Amino acid sequence: MTISAPPTLRVQVLLFGSYADCLGRNAAELTVSAPATVVDVLHRIRSLPGGERIPARPLCAVNLSHVSLETSVKDGDELAILPPLAGG
Amino acid sequence: MSLPSCRPWPGADLMFLTSGPIELAPLVAQVMSAERGGVACFLGTVRNHQHGREVVRLEYSAYSPMVEAECARIVAEAEARWSCGVALVHRIGSLEVGETAIAIAAASPHRDEAFAACRYVIEEVKRRVPIWKREFFADGTVEWVGTETPVSAGTRNTG
Repeated sequence: MTISAPPTLRVQVLLFGSYADCLGRNAAELTVSAPATVVDVLHRIRSLPGGERIPARPLCAVNLSHVSLETSVKDGDELAILPPLAGG
Repeated sequence: MSLPSCRPWPGADLMFLTSGPIELAPLVAQVMSAERGGVACFLGTVRNHQHGREVVRLEYSAYSPMVEAECARIVAEAEARWSCGVALVHRIGSLEVGETAIAIAAASPHRDEAFAACRYVIEEVKRRVPIWKREFFADGTVEWVGTETPVSAGTRNTG
């Protein structure tokens, strides 16, 4: 009998501005249990050293589009955690 | 510790972002036509003060591929809604007081549509486009705009 490993998915997380400063890095590749939402990935990021300074519900984008935090993530997605925008 | 605020995207074809000075005339030329009798322009420039404190320069950084995607969506929305032509560019990197950070030109047969489209684009850019800035104050402090998180001491501007 084969025992299959629980399904997981890999997400490339990008951090910018003050959030990159909080974690001391601007990218992280995470493996999370499937299925997962943006909130699940955020939870992991916020558990890293310095991550508690990132708010629980920041602005997020998946694959270059704004998303709600309840959006599902797929294997290979790029999730960007966006500090308050300041363009213009 | 000084971190790059965005990673480079080599080879990315940037339409809406530039690291050099912004010229308005080419943007206007891009949208003007014989049918369009109204052209509205907006320039956002670096001001020398924020909440009563003297600002000496700003540093803009961006999530470049998403800036390109989101700006394309905003321009398409404005062009469809007001049947106009819109040109838009935002600068990143270090900007001195008085330099242009963003320029928008909207051209339409009549002025109402041009003004409305121009206004829509600047408001949506501020609301949706992933660009950040750090303010460098005359007293040597450096702060991210729009966040309570101060820049760590090691990245303070000592100039």
